[in-house]
Amino acid sequence: MKRYAAPFVFLFPATFLIACFFLIPVITTVYLSFTDISTVTFRNPRWVGLANYQALLSDPFMGRILLNTTRYVGLTLLFNVGMGLALALLSSSVRQRWADQIRAVWLLPRILPPVVYVLIWQGLTREAPFGLVSDVVGVSKNWITASPWTVIILANGLVGASFGMLIFTSAIRAIPNDLFYASAVDGATALQTVRRVVLPLLRWPILFVTAYQTLSLLTSFEYILLLTDGGPGFYTTTVWSLHAYKLALSNYVGNVQFGLGAAMAALLVVIGILVSFVYLRIFNFKALVGEPKIEVN
Amino acid sequence: MPLLPPRWRLVLLALAAVSLPIAAGLVWLILTGSFDRVHGLLPAGPPDAQNWRFLWEGVGGRPPVSTPLLNSFVFAGVVAAAVVLISSMAAYAISRLSFPGRSLYLGLVLVLHAFPAVSLIIAIFYILRLLGLFDTLTGVILVKASLELPLGIWLMKGFFDFLSWEMEMAALVDGMSRWTVFWKIALPLVRPGLLALGTFALLSAWGEFILPFTLIVSSRNWTMAMYLQTFLGESFTDFGMVAAVGLFYATPVIALFLLGQRYLLNIYSGGVKG
Repeated sequence: MKRYAAPFVFLFPATFLIACFFLIPVITTVYLSFTDISTVTFRNPRWVGLANYQALLSDPFMGRILLNTTRYVGLTLLFNVGMGLALALLSSSVRQRWADQIRAVWLLPRILPPVVYVLIWQGLTREAPFGLVSDVVGVSKNWITASPWTVIILANGLVGASFGMLIFTSAIRAIPNDLFYASAVDGATALQTVRRVVLPLLRWPILFVTAYQTLSLLTSFEYILLLTDGGPGFYTTTVWSLHAYKLALSNYVGNVQFGLGAAMAALLVVIGILVSFVYLRIFNFKALVGEPKIEVN
Repeated sequence: MPLLPPRWRLVLLALAAVSLPIAAGLVWLILTGSFDRVHGLLPAGPPDAQNWRFLWEGVGGRPPVSTPLLNSFVFAGVVAAAVVLISSMAAYAISRLSFPGRSLYLGLVLVLHAFPAVSLIIAIFYILRLLGLFDTLTGVILVKASLELPLGIWLMKGFFDFLSWEMEMAALVDGMSRWTVFWKIALPLVRPGLLALGTFALLSAWGEFILPFTLIVSSRNWTMAMYLQTFLGESFTDFGMVAAVGLFYATPVIALFLLGQRYLLNIYSGGVKG
């Protein structure tokens, strides 16, 4: 047993924390979704079987929420991947020095604290004479209440685009130079080179970014919570994950319906686990787990 | 691409144009925090120190800013340190030691790396309540550090895999223990990885909003993200002061951005989670 003392010591802290805050929460989410846990019954929840899931099916607002979720994920994804691709292609076509500057600017929304980022959006979308958007468009409105979806998608998109940009940029860098020279010798224009040489080689990275961001958008609600809090009005911009969060953790319907929120979250967790397993195939898993070189423990 | 198109300067111009809104946002924050009134991006009043009054007085029943500031420093600092140390240890074991279930462990780390942890927030809230860690800084630190571990282990494993193992072999043959080899030989050699992961974890914890917002109630345990958020929900917002708070809170991030752009680009291109 002494042989495994070292791996045990090295792995213990990480394993303990991962068990406490990943594995147990997965089981807890599923368990809670089968109980009637709420503010009143927090200490001794009762098993209710599938009642929460039935309640979800019969919720009159579920259609609205599903529609919102589809719109949010679909449109933001389109913006993220499209903009990421455009930024990667365009910035790979200018001098390196400038390209780095531009890419760094696009990192800014990602590294700024989300609350500061949302504050900036609130400031820019105010009524005239304060808001820059109102100034530029020439119509004075509070743009967050007037067109909440546009603001949400753009705000998420400016953060998300940098992910695709960075992945696509390194994929473009990995293309052998010979291919570009060959295509130039054959007389291809820059556009033809992009269309016929670069884009086909970016198929896998594009698939990866799309899959990855679909999953994270499905579960993310931070910017919506901060920008519109699901409003304005009734459920206008409430998506699945935000609704789950509010049902379980905010008091907006009086008695917090923890079990119902957990049922919505459990579905997300299951989808998350399934899709994550698919990633194991996208990453070349076998190659990553080659045996260690030193076998002495 | 090795061959630039003949009119690449036009492309650059287009890129600059689409990037302008981001720059405008940053400029807005700086100007609005500094001046009495700002119309669009034009100051319409004199510079206003009143925007910064939160520095010397509690505003609207909130605690003095020193409380959330200190909490944020502790939160980000401890999370970054814990993530760097704990992921390095686990990554070293996965990269260098042979034990049953090794590839299973790595598979788990990979799945968790892709798994969106925010969907677990409801269960985490429940677990912290049961553990008595709800509404404590310790609780949020533990949660945040744990959620960053899959990424950290994954990143550090890549760095350890890249090290040549002859030096470690020699040290082991000479009778060094595994721990000493890890601490004295392996860790110093992956310093770039430690630095990258540390910076990433620091930035991520400094900006973290949802976790403290959900898991902390008492204002004495607020972080800067929560302090700033309380201003956003007000019916009448004094944008001058709120922008000043935002600027104050984001200063370390903006400074890092201005000084270390190339460094940040390397970190975020190096497979760090998006």
